[in-house]
Amino acid sequence: MDLSAINPVLLIASLMVAATPLLLAAIGELVVEKAGVLNLGVEGMMIVGAISGFAISVETGSPFLGLIAAIIGGALLSLLFAFLTQFALANQVASGLALTLFGLGLSALMGQSYVGIKPPAMAKLDLPVISDIPVIGPILFSHDPVLYIGIALCAAVWAFLKFSRGGLVLRAVGESHDAAHALGYNVIRVRILAIMFGGACAGLGGAYISLIRVPQWTEGMTAGIGWIALALVVFASWKPWRVLLGAYLFGGINVLQLNLQAAGIAIPVEYLAMSPYLITILVLVIMSADKSRAPASLGRTFHASQ
Amino acid sequence: MKFTKLLTSAAVALGLATTAMAADKTKVGFVYVGPVGDGGWTYEHDQGRKAVVEAFGDAVETTYVENVPEGADAERVITQMALQGADLIFTTSFGYMDPTINVAKKFPKVKFEHATGYKTADNVSVYSARFYEGRAVQGHIAGKMTKSNVVGYIASFPIPEVIRGINSAYIHAKKVNPDVQFKIIWAYTWFDPAKEADAAKALIEQGADVILQHTDSTAPQAAAQAAGNVITFGQASDMGEYAPFPRVSSIIDNWAPYYVARTKAVMDGTWESVNTWDGIGAGMVGIGEISDAVPADVKAEALALKDALADGSYHAFTGPLNKQDGSAWLADGETADDGTLAGMNFYVEGIDAEIPN
Amino acid sequence: MIKLEKRPMPSRTLSMATPLIAVVITMIAGGLLFAALGKNPFEAIRTIFWDPVLGEYAFYYRPQLLVKAAPLVLIAIGLSLGFKAGIWNIGAEGQYIIGAICGAGVGLAFYPTESILIFPLMILAGALGGWAWAMIPALLKVKFGTNEILVSLMLVYVAEQLLASMSLGLLKNPEGHGFPGSRNLNDYPSATSWINEAAGLHWGMAFAFIAVIFAYVLLNRHILGFNIRLTGEAPRAARFSGVNPTRLILFCLGTSGALAGMAGLFEVSGPSGQISIDFNVGYGFTAIIVAFLGRLHPVGILLAGLLMALTYIGGEIAQGNLGLPSAAIQVFQGMLLFFLLALDLLTNYRVKFAAKGAA
Repeated sequence: MDLSAINPVLLIASLMVAATPLLLAAIGELVVEKAGVLNLGVEGMMIVGAISGFAISVETGSPFLGLIAAIIGGALLSLLFAFLTQFALANQVASGLALTLFGLGLSALMGQSYVGIKPPAMAKLDLPVISDIPVIGPILFSHDPVLYIGIALCAAVWAFLKFSRGGLVLRAVGESHDAAHALGYNVIRVRILAIMFGGACAGLGGAYISLIRVPQWTEGMTAGIGWIALALVVFASWKPWRVLLGAYLFGGINVLQLNLQAAGIAIPVEYLAMSPYLITILVLVIMSADKSRAPASLGRTFHASQ
Repeated sequence: MKFTKLLTSAAVALGLATTAMAADKTKVGFVYVGPVGDGGWTYEHDQGRKAVVEAFGDAVETTYVENVPEGADAERVITQMALQGADLIFTTSFGYMDPTINVAKKFPKVKFEHATGYKTADNVSVYSARFYEGRAVQGHIAGKMTKSNVVGYIASFPIPEVIRGINSAYIHAKKVNPDVQFKIIWAYTWFDPAKEADAAKALIEQGADVILQHTDSTAPQAAAQAAGNVITFGQASDMGEYAPFPRVSSIIDNWAPYYVARTKAVMDGTWESVNTWDGIGAGMVGIGEISDAVPADVKAEALALKDALADGSYHAFTGPLNKQDGSAWLADGETADDGTLAGMNFYVEGIDAEIPN
Repeated sequence: MIKLEKRPMPSRTLSMATPLIAVVITMIAGGLLFAALGKNPFEAIRTIFWDPVLGEYAFYYRPQLLVKAAPLVLIAIGLSLGFKAGIWNIGAEGQYIIGAICGAGVGLAFYPTESILIFPLMILAGALGGWAWAMIPALLKVKFGTNEILVSLMLVYVAEQLLASMSLGLLKNPEGHGFPGSRNLNDYPSATSWINEAAGLHWGMAFAFIAVIFAYVLLNRHILGFNIRLTGEAPRAARFSGVNPTRLILFCLGTSGALAGMAGLFEVSGPSGQISIDFNVGYGFTAIIVAFLGRLHPVGILLAGLLMALTYIGGEIAQGNLGLPSAAIQVFQGMLLFFLLALDLLTNYRVKFAAKGAA
């Protein structure tokens, strides 16, 4: 047993990386849920993003184009969900689950010829001097660009929801679609845009795994991160900064348990692995006393003539 | 009872049909636990299937079903293959053991081959590979190459197969480097790229400059490459895209010779139920090319070790060896018996870690 | 401009016709997909839909359809009660796992004693396990008003971790050479759910049928069923007519949990045989889809469960015989679900083509 072997600075730096796909997918889903839509297809959109990004960056040699492709891929897949739930008025839970099933299959079909290939590498931020500052350097100034995009996105979503008119409309739609409709807002359009944003973020999160964090393509490689993202949104009680905090916490628990194991400390892995979910439930209970609960229209179908 | 009769008579009819058809085509079925595109375990089994096709051409017809969950679904898929006239069926995951035995009872004329299990029958063989021999070679290179004297090991589940690998690698690393220390992470998965990447990073951050993995993805390789001064070994497949550095060698599951031989046996009518546990010698365990990142003398020693393991002049578990608690296990010159190895649930002396549960 | 107009009553004709239309559209779209993959589309469609039911080896596949459909139907029936009342249990997968662990645990505790009482006891333990697991979101919802969708979903992950822990620890087969996984309950006559293994019949199928009948009677002949429907369709009216929402939540979540737990028990003691790390294969999630495909109607769920089972089994045959990748089958299933969900619209709404400008 040797706790001193764990370097807290490196631990924080690597939990930031581990948390990024989670953060991206969750911040997207947060916007979707704020608009009153529950899309359980995050895992499906992530994995389609992962292969879209991988394929395009291998074909073009540009990781940047790959990321763009992942965003588009995730958003396109989410359009299917948007069509089902907003036009065909299908149940959101069932549609989301179907989307995950479809996405996993589709990505495997798309990826058949990309197994065992190494994608072009994404450059890391490497500022002379600054990246080498002890403690702050490795934590703040030596990551890949997407990690910073994730944090920036978090800030942008926060600002959008809090200060912009669009954010107000989005929240209104999520709280009471009938009232928002009565006020003359186009509920369906707002929700479709939100769903597409969620798809784009999930796609980017998926590509982060296949292009930066791992990087390789294999079937089913997102391995349930999309589902954890769903938990994370709840954990964060639909607040962007808490999503960031939660992503670091969720990612951190995982990184920490691996580090503890490596340091030779016997820990009950299964019980530690279930702790984020138990904490999430606890947060839900605590939140019930608070005003900041789930968007009131979450998961409900809207039809104008009702 | 009517169904039993139907099934048996179908089986008998098929058995007859099979003998009649044997002249033109032998049907070989493969049941896979993962997708053929997993780049690891299932991928290598499918390479074996392709080798069968290549070896016999039009004389064989192979079929496979991938992503088959262990349990009820496996039993159905195996039955389906048997019903449709397969002469030989390879079931390639430990969890297929009971389903394979069940189906084999109903189709006495069909031959079954179950990978990594221990239950046999008149028409069921088991086969597995002595991957620990490959681990010995890795351990040797790891012990020689490490500068920090810390070797990281990403393990999957605490089962004998994995524990055996850790012990074998440790014994041979220790032999050439008495100061070597193993840090072991149990990932509780065979395949989860993101988690494997995190595990590799954690090990590297804690000073490991050699990473051994018993999980299937290339994520640890990429993590080592990013770190820059860490070497790795390919697992299951060669992972040659990371050669010559960080990947300096690999353990390759090579099922092809076995699959070809067993198919040939069915064709010739010489198939018998056997319990095969082959290693480097029979070619079931391949050692991927040792890259130039390894100094020439170390490479030569590793190859000599490989040859000794291959021709049987050396056993990877040769005494004197003690168990972790200090109790004696093997006396000087004594080698481990297969029974103990198959059920191995202890570390050897010197490993500073605990087996979970 | 296209306008949707809600029908005062869902169309009965269309509610029966749309699933058929959806299947036909899926066949066409799926055929195109298979053709694009270089396979004969007609052969592929025939293999998936025809061979398991009427093909050469249908005598084997027909009972297998029931093996696959039974847990789906059993779980979906329970879920549909809650869904009708607007109570969303989407954690059936977790209740299924806990039911299997509890039921198998009881059985294994008696090993190797033989007694006719053991299996009924296991069923009870399975049902209780699932019930208890579902009571967590139910009680939290009743006490604190937490969202049951999210709590039940979180508990799935907790259950999965418990499953891993059990197969590596407490329930591990002591004679299993150190491999994870429990003893095989099929080798323990008192604890197996098979009625006749060779024929492929187990108690789970019997219970699934009973559940269908029970749900049908409940919904159509019993005041509780009326209250469930009323709560779903007009919550406020239900409140006024004296429906106790607390009791309804506890009943719906509890019943669906118990049924899911039983499904897990029947699966672990029969088709699957043992508790292992990957014992659960997603029945709890697929059952949600089945419940919706069946229009939350007991008979519809029965048919939907069989249809899903057909695509699984037919899909496997297509993989083995035609070399279709399993991913193509997944995509095919996804398409089927999309079309079924999309066409559901026609049942509840009338599509009108109005001239632009006319509101």
